[in-house]
Amino acid sequence: MQFTGAAAGASMLLGPKNAFSVAVKKDTSQQYAMLIDTTRCNGCQACERACSEKNGLPIPENKPEAGYERNTGPEALTVVNATETKNKGLIFSKTQCMHCEQPACVSACLVNAMYKTEEGPVIWQEDKCMGCRYCMIACPYDVPKFEYGSLNPKIRKCVMCYDRIGEGKMPACAEACPQEAILFGRRGNLLDIARKRIYDHPSEYVRYIYGENEVGGTNMLYLASVPFEQLGFRTDLGTTPYPEYTKTFLYSVPLALLLAPAFMLGLRQATKGKNDKD
Amino acid sequence: MNRTDNSTHVYRRVGQDLWQFIRSELKPKGKLLTPFNIISAPIILLGLVLIILRFAKGLGATTNLSQEFPWGIWIGFDVVTGVAFAAGAYIVTFMVYVLRMEKYHSIVRATVLNGFLAYVFYAGALTLDLGRPWKIVNPIIGNSFGVSSVLFLVAWHFLLYMMAQFIEFSPAVAEWLGLRKLRKILGSLTVGAVIFGICLSMLHQSGLGALFLLAPAKIHPLWYTEYIPVLFIVSSVFAGMSIVIIEGTISHKVFRHQISAEHHAKHMDIMVGLSRLAAAALFVYFFMKVLVLIHGMHWNELLTPMGYIYLVEVIGFVVLPFIIFVKGAQNRDRKLLLSAAIITAVGIIFNRLNVSVIAFKWYAPAHYIPSWIEIVITLAVVFGEIWAFRWVANRMPVFMASPGWVKHLDDGTEYPEPKGVLTGINAKTPGLQPVKIKE
Repeated sequence: MQFTGAAAGASMLLGPKNAFSVAVKKDTSQQYAMLIDTTRCNGCQACERACSEKNGLPIPENKPEAGYERNTGPEALTVVNATETKNKGLIFSKTQCMHCEQPACVSACLVNAMYKTEEGPVIWQEDKCMGCRYCMIACPYDVPKFEYGSLNPKIRKCVMCYDRIGEGKMPACAEACPQEAILFGRRGNLLDIARKRIYDHPSEYVRYIYGENEVGGTNMLYLASVPFEQLGFRTDLGTTPYPEYTKTFLYSVPLALLLAPAFMLGLRQATKGKNDKD
Repeated sequence: MNRTDNSTHVYRRVGQDLWQFIRSELKPKGKLLTPFNIISAPIILLGLVLIILRFAKGLGATTNLSQEFPWGIWIGFDVVTGVAFAAGAYIVTFMVYVLRMEKYHSIVRATVLNGFLAYVFYAGALTLDLGRPWKIVNPIIGNSFGVSSVLFLVAWHFLLYMMAQFIEFSPAVAEWLGLRKLRKILGSLTVGAVIFGICLSMLHQSGLGALFLLAPAKIHPLWYTEYIPVLFIVSSVFAGMSIVIIEGTISHKVFRHQISAEHHAKHMDIMVGLSRLAAAALFVYFFMKVLVLIHGMHWNELLTPMGYIYLVEVIGFVVLPFIIFVKGAQNRDRKLLLSAAIITAVGIIFNRLNVSVIAFKWYAPAHYIPSWIEIVITLAVVFGEIWAFRWVANRMPVFMASPGWVKHLDDGTEYPEPKGVLTGINAKTPGLQPVKIKE
């Protein structure tokens, strides 16, 4: 019985503090982020090639084509897709990890292998991951990819070139883009720039910054000339940060561990008969 | 001969005869060529080969898992369904040790054993699914505590609950080995382990449902609800009961010779009682399902293909077994109760697979279908559990009565020690003979 109490106490002490700190809204304006302006992208795939080179992956062979969706995978951490639209012609958009402010994958990971860094990028730590793939279930954008063919499989995803950022460089894709369609900087500044572009050129943009509030906000921000659902973006995800969905359940855990044993001991006492010893 | 001397004597005999003892206990006790053995043995052997293949070739070569569908039946059936099936242990121990419903005492050991083995085998199958199983200790040790993860909670609870269940069952092991002192200590731990185990069970039965709360955009709205954890825990009640009824009915036939006459007489009463509980849980569950449907306002989805699956699940596998359970309990009809239990168990498989696999990314053009290797390994796990259950039940006092000295131990009275004769391991034929306790 003391053991149960101790376990409950321990989870009271350990659990909530760490478990629910994610729910506190942080100021993310100083975090690293990227602004992807799809009106500037011409589908040259320079970002894809730079990414593959940086990460030691094969150079992509197929090209973006309208009506055919290319997906990221363990061997392609970013891909460019093309969409044919009525009014604006062919539009290219780059896909990769969205680096959510409160990532579903991080709250899913039971070993902290998925980790939201202070600087903004969401990284994956090989020495911790046990390959359960719960991050893949949780990610609303289906970003984490698993090396099914390998005997030492890794989760592969864009980590915003975390190591390059540490060296003071910008991510490989942003550096390689000849169109300046990928802008790397502080999230707050990028939001200002995005708003200014919409304000200055109202006919070229829809008045929406994708990623500003999606699933609680992401560190990847997008501008486009057509509504985002036309480009195949998920616009049904809402603005609730994913860790919120399991918060209520996790709250109930220390409570249950504390109250249930007492309740059951009470029941056992209440049902005690004349001949029962204890 | 005083008690202390006797105990050391027993321990020494364990050491001396250990090898001989293990060898004799590994020998099968019943007929070898039964229909069940003929079907299950090749599947287990094939399963073992395929498990080696899985570790030699990797997940990609042996399963149909993909980037779109990272979890298949090894999670959806083995873990999520298997744990629901093991729920009988926490419910029966709750009835017997917390509510003191002595009527069910005779099925506690079989149920706890079944629950413990289900966790060992089904949850153990989780290691097959892990891509990096050599890191499996990370959530337990080191600085890798992902405390904001529901899966972290589930992993810890699996581990702790397996220990709690082992403590609950351990008196039977001690009785089998004739270790009296240990039996006394282990027996005193039971109530604590039971209460701790019930708390853990409630949390991880619901926790397995809470895992899927993180996929709101991927699970069909008829199944995704914020109440998944509550639905999971309520359905675990009738899932557990249906397995206890099925297992009880089969065991009653298979282990007939071990069961005392007194227990035989009570068996029908127990089955009827459990069926009533299952029926009540089914009714509550159905009520909640309707509430959730109305609350979620997704009834327009009912007339879509996924809606038909939903209706089959709720009407065919919740309402129907409820009616059969009630009818069977009224008429005390063994066959009706068994068929209701089987329908309920199939329904639980269907429901858990719906949440974790079938309704998961129902919109994907190419949906996951398990590979034959995944299916054979899953069957091997199920049969392996049944083999282990039979092995234990044939040796330890699960259905048969405990050796005579246990009653004296529990009463605190001195047991007159017959010189040179010890039950259990140093008898000429090891293993316990059924002993009838006279009141």
